[in-house]
Amino acid sequence: MTSMTSSTSRPVTTPDPLLPGNAVPLARRCFLGRSAQGIGSLALATMLGEQLNATAAEPAVQVTKWPGALKTLHFPAKTKRVIFLCMAGGASHLETWDHKPKLAEMNGKPMPESYTKGQPIAQLQGKKLTCLAPQHEFKKYGKSGQSFSSIFPHLGTVADEMCIIRSMKTEAINHDPAHTFMNTGTTISGRPSMGAWLTYGLGAETDNLPGFVVLTSVGGGQNQPIASRQWHSGFLPSRFQGVHFHSKGDPVLYVKNPDGVTRGRQRDVITAIQKLNQLRNNLVEDREISTRISQYELAFRMQASVPKLIDISDEPKHVLDLYGTKGGDGSFAANCLLARRLAERGVRFVQLYHRGWDHHGNIKAAAAKTAKLVDQPAAALLKDLKQRDMLKDTLVVWAGEFGRTPMAQGSGRDHHIKGFSIWMAGGGIKGGTSYGNTDELGYNAVENVVTVHDVHATMLRLLGIDHEQLTFPFQGRDFRLTDVAGNVIKPILA
Amino acid sequence: MVEMVGGQMPLARNIAVVVTLLAGARLQAADPEVQVDFNRDIRPILSTHCFQCHGPDAGKRQGELRLDTRDGAMAPRKGHRTIVAGQPGDSELFRRITAESADDRMPPEEAKKPLTKSQVELISRWIKQGAKWKEHWAWITPSRPALPSPPDYLDFVRTPVDRFLLERHYAEGLIPSSPANRVTLVRRAFLDLLGLPPTPEQVDTFVNDARPGAWKRLVDRLLTSPHYGERMAIYWLDVVRYADSNGYHSDEARQIAPYRDYVIKSFNNNLRFDRFVTEQLAGDLLPKADATQKVASGFNMLLQTTSEGGAQAKEYLAKYSADRVRNTSSIFLGVTLGCAQCHDHKYDPFTMSDFYRFGSFFADIKERGVGNPPSYPVRVGAIDESLKAVETRIAGLQKALVTTTPELTAAQAKWETTAEAEARQSVSLSPWSMIGPFPAANFEEAHAKAFPPEKEVDLKKAYDGLKWIAAAKFVDGKPHTLAGQNCATYLFRTITTKQPRKLVVSLGSDDSIKLWLNGSVSFEKKILRGVAPDQDKATLDLVAGENRLLMKVANGGGGYGFFFRTLQSSLPAPVLAALKLPAAKRNAAQKKTIADHYRQIAPALKPVRDKLAAAGKQKAELEKQLPRTLMTVSVKPRPIRILPRGNWMDDSGPVVTPGVPGFLPALEVGDRRANRLDLARWIVRKDNPLTARAFVNRLWKLYFGRGLTAPLDDLGAQGTRPVHPELLDWLAVEFIESGWNVKHMVRLIVNSGAYRQNSLVGASLRERDPYNQLLARQSRFRLDAEIVRDNALAVSGLLVTRVGGPSVKPYQPAGYWRHMNFPARTWKSSAGKSVYRRGLYTWWQRMFLHPSLLAFDAPSREECTVERPRSNTPQQALVLLNDPTYVEAAAALAERIIDSKSDGFSGRLAWAFRRVLSRQPRPEEARVLKSVFDRHLADYKADPASAGRALSAGRLKPPLKATAEAVAERAAWMSLARILLNLHETINRS
Repeated sequence: MTSMTSSTSRPVTTPDPLLPGNAVPLARRCFLGRSAQGIGSLALATMLGEQLNATAAEPAVQVTKWPGALKTLHFPAKTKRVIFLCMAGGASHLETWDHKPKLAEMNGKPMPESYTKGQPIAQLQGKKLTCLAPQHEFKKYGKSGQSFSSIFPHLGTVADEMCIIRSMKTEAINHDPAHTFMNTGTTISGRPSMGAWLTYGLGAETDNLPGFVVLTSVGGGQNQPIASRQWHSGFLPSRFQGVHFHSKGDPVLYVKNPDGVTRGRQRDVITAIQKLNQLRNNLVEDREISTRISQYELAFRMQASVPKLIDISDEPKHVLDLYGTKGGDGSFAANCLLARRLAERGVRFVQLYHRGWDHHGNIKAAAAKTAKLVDQPAAALLKDLKQRDMLKDTLVVWAGEFGRTPMAQGSGRDHHIKGFSIWMAGGGIKGGTSYGNTDELGYNAVENVVTVHDVHATMLRLLGIDHEQLTFPFQGRDFRLTDVAGNVIKPILA
Repeated sequence: MVEMVGGQMPLARNIAVVVTLLAGARLQAADPEVQVDFNRDIRPILSTHCFQCHGPDAGKRQGELRLDTRDGAMAPRKGHRTIVAGQPGDSELFRRITAESADDRMPPEEAKKPLTKSQVELISRWIKQGAKWKEHWAWITPSRPALPSPPDYLDFVRTPVDRFLLERHYAEGLIPSSPANRVTLVRRAFLDLLGLPPTPEQVDTFVNDARPGAWKRLVDRLLTSPHYGERMAIYWLDVVRYADSNGYHSDEARQIAPYRDYVIKSFNNNLRFDRFVTEQLAGDLLPKADATQKVASGFNMLLQTTSEGGAQAKEYLAKYSADRVRNTSSIFLGVTLGCAQCHDHKYDPFTMSDFYRFGSFFADIKERGVGNPPSYPVRVGAIDESLKAVETRIAGLQKALVTTTPELTAAQAKWETTAEAEARQSVSLSPWSMIGPFPAANFEEAHAKAFPPEKEVDLKKAYDGLKWIAAAKFVDGKPHTLAGQNCATYLFRTITTKQPRKLVVSLGSDDSIKLWLNGSVSFEKKILRGVAPDQDKATLDLVAGENRLLMKVANGGGGYGFFFRTLQSSLPAPVLAALKLPAAKRNAAQKKTIADHYRQIAPALKPVRDKLAAAGKQKAELEKQLPRTLMTVSVKPRPIRILPRGNWMDDSGPVVTPGVPGFLPALEVGDRRANRLDLARWIVRKDNPLTARAFVNRLWKLYFGRGLTAPLDDLGAQGTRPVHPELLDWLAVEFIESGWNVKHMVRLIVNSGAYRQNSLVGASLRERDPYNQLLARQSRFRLDAEIVRDNALAVSGLLVTRVGGPSVKPYQPAGYWRHMNFPARTWKSSAGKSVYRRGLYTWWQRMFLHPSLLAFDAPSREECTVERPRSNTPQQALVLLNDPTYVEAAAALAERIIDSKSDGFSGRLAWAFRRVLSRQPRPEEARVLKSVFDRHLADYKADPASAGRALSAGRLKPPLKATAEAVAERAAWMSLARILLNLHETINRS
């Protein structure tokens, strides 16, 4: 065993993720765990014996779910799960959520140096800085009269569910570290992502799907690369890593049986593996073997449940129309529908990347094009969750890794970290509201400034977690998602 | 055949082992009778609960109270003393941690780090017992502790290591476990030392070796295997974060495989560890550094780099510097100096200045903030030998070419008379002068606008600060680079001819070009392009005497440059110029120019020239085949500043010079600026308290599954005091005094009685020592990701055992790389048998590590990883069940089982078990498998097509011309092979 929770000076207070089933309370422990009774193995042996004669029957082996490191929540949970719509590339706040009439007036004029002097700049380094007017009209939506860009007509119909935060700032000006910061709370690569933290802290509600799923789509702008480190578990055990669902080939890597192996034959193989592992366990008593038996069972179930999840033929036409998808094409719309299906099945954290927001040029047409791919599905997701009474305990977050400059980069905008916008909706969020502001040119967040750590702290709070108390010892420090910062944004909580 | 879990009642035996365990044994001083140990019991409490505000970080220190040093904790303060030895009641510290009022009580509520009752009690007891203070153990240079002499227990003591452990066992009321049986032992040795399973023959050899010393002989034999270096490399490559790609953003490929070969070779040749450290950190700075040492210096280039558009070089240079501090301190010293980037360390006495001084050791490394680091050819191995031979041949031929003979002299004189006539006709060109760039709004304007030189050419004049400058460097016949975007540059020269004539010039440009001769436009081309030789031709009508040529090159974006040469003669310009002079007026250099040129055209020398050309071509081809790798190239160090709050944009901090933390042994370099070589030598100094401890601790982990102290990457205050501190120190001293001899240390550990114990664990021992810190048994753990793969390939007979070479690409699901970009890439599996190479040669793409390796906890190697987690997940099941690599291995194993000529089902099953698990099947196991076999045999007979498909896994084919029955039989065996390859026992070592 590795040593992460084993130091003598730091007694184990949470279940050891490396010994699944080991420190799990007895009541929740699957009967395979050779605890005090020792009858588990006998029972299993009998059952597996029967199994061998009953091809492909549903197995009697129970799967141990990770119960979560937190025995009790720190606060009453307002939300049970998170769907994080990651607008990769850095959506311009000025064409989407942050209305800046003054910037329109200043179109073509030099950007006042008082804003830009000594500030980090990406591709506009050493260039003449001139203002670029917002490229799309803004409108008021909903009863609340939320103001945002006319490129989001569908989201306009759910404006009263959304809380728009217009005072975000971040720390990294290039895509890779900015994503890393948004996902892990630090720009240093290799730390756990927020989805991994959540599944580690809260455990899974599903016993036949992973607790943290990642979906990806493209379109509307240049496709910035996305690294799998964005959903990595870092120093947390790898069972908390996000599982990437693919739209082509196997939806989950290696989920398909090998050629020439039917489900029945696969069942036989797995049952025999289980039985031989159990015989071994009878001899050597090893909890890792019990866990492995349980994980093989989960794997076998995933082989059935994943195709069922992906197969949307059971969705009525009006639902497909709501999202604007026929499914199966890997589009953002298809992924939003999948996200809802995953949420229904108890997946804790679903992250959707749409890689189309890096608009260095031609931002007018490109932002509209990307918005068209995102607008209807995102709105549909909120409506669909609501009609299933799930929006009340599902937090939906829409956020890019940064915003874009008020200054022109030709006909586009450059990366910008001093002010940008995101929105949240659903479980525990005050809908139809907005929070914070940038200055009149949309450069600096100036009122109620919100950091990435604040967003994380708020998300954890809604799930019932004190962000300062969800920690993991690594390199001598109790690490947390919010590093040493983060304040819950209380005014936006319902 | 020996049963793996020897004997009838393995559990009963272990129960005997732990029978005395529960009496009075303890790992911690929970018992009031026991003496409190400051480092074991008190420092961890102070570190976790107090140091944040009363520790090393001067910036955050509250009330000027410091509890991480003896002086700070013991000094009298205004009106009270923090700690009064023997008197908790008089100690302010104790008063505050027990204060009733929340305002008074420490730690304060907002810190959210309250002390437990037992912690308070421990502190009280420590003060009562005299408040004895000790320096943090890891900062003190280890000295060799006396060897304990506990009475031996059933021949347990085999190496000095065992004496420490056994003494502790007795003290804790434990006795060691009995040795594992020989089959378990030989599997353990092969998997631990080579990362490969033993063959049945290798198992038998050991099991049947009745002479004394069989175990030591086995270990010695394994340590001479070339696969030992591969297994050690799997570990070391994690530590140094070796990968085949750059890491950030587009994650482009890099060439670094020769460094991996260096690591494998170093372990195989048992290179002294101090050498190993020095060559990696500073191989390039060693006197007369050879190719191997330069390859080793690639170590400094293993970090992540970016080539993202819009990234600022300054920001990334700061990132790279911090990366090297963080990782180098972790790799060699096992400390978290990286935590002092924005403030002084919270727990250990590292200051911010220490962080940046450490970083400035690396300030001489030639690198760009943004862009791919360049790779260099490596002159080693067979290709290098061939190259040396070609180079010798070339030198001989060149000598032949320049050797003078009377015949050659005569022939040259004859040739000169015709050449001189041609030269007299030729024009003379002055060197270029240049002015620019003249800025424009865009390319259109840059090309069209008439800037001042188009109105007049006066080389003395300046326009808007732009001046004409001499540009003799722009020699004719080569493309030249200019600077600027959306701009125009002018070039001017004179052309002198005796009589009027036409002169054809050949041009190239990036982007547009325009020529004026004597004030009139003679050529114009408006175009966006990159520059290349001979893109256009222009004809100039020269007048007698001096002609004035003006050339304009305008650029939009991207590259910028031009090309120019005249087509008046086949003779190169310098030869022409020399020939123009009367023979008597030529100086020695000019004579040589003519003579050298003649050697290039002399008909008599054609055979020599042809041979030279062929040899040159061969040399170029060989050079292309040389492996390339990243290396460290040293340049003048750039200044390194302390960055306030770690902010790379803040230049207000002082510039620092290389240096090491003040509480550790000092660098001895006098007044000279220290460099990486000094750092390396400091790291492997005998009195450095960290290096040897960090290494032997991690080495221990390879053979017991955990280190003597945990975590492996923090020997500082927040780490844990070793469970066996004397053993750790003894090993560290032994390591240094053995001459940093790694194989010696491996022998000491692996030959120990402790290593040879069985790994069975009964309920009471598990409860007593769940993490096996006391080592009253061996550990069992899952094989590392690469070894899971190697094992399957080895037992199925597919494994290619060649050592070293470039990375390879085994099967990977299509589209797995689709989210990488700039450029978009697809994975193409390597050709032929390369897909069967060991896991450590798998292409290591940081952004998308091969999913099979990832599933088994291989790290993406962005940062130093000294300890992989060992998870147990459904993804692992899916990999072993369905990844074509494992399915193919099962098909290959089925083929071997059938080819084994063993008798009937039982014989074949026994053969398969021996191959995969080194043991015989038990009757219950055989029954389970027979049942699957029978059903699948019938099943596949009824469905021969699917049997054929199953057997076509990977690159295998079903047997040719086999009967349907034979195919079905093989497919049924393949089902059994899949079962065996998936067993927990198969992928674990015990």
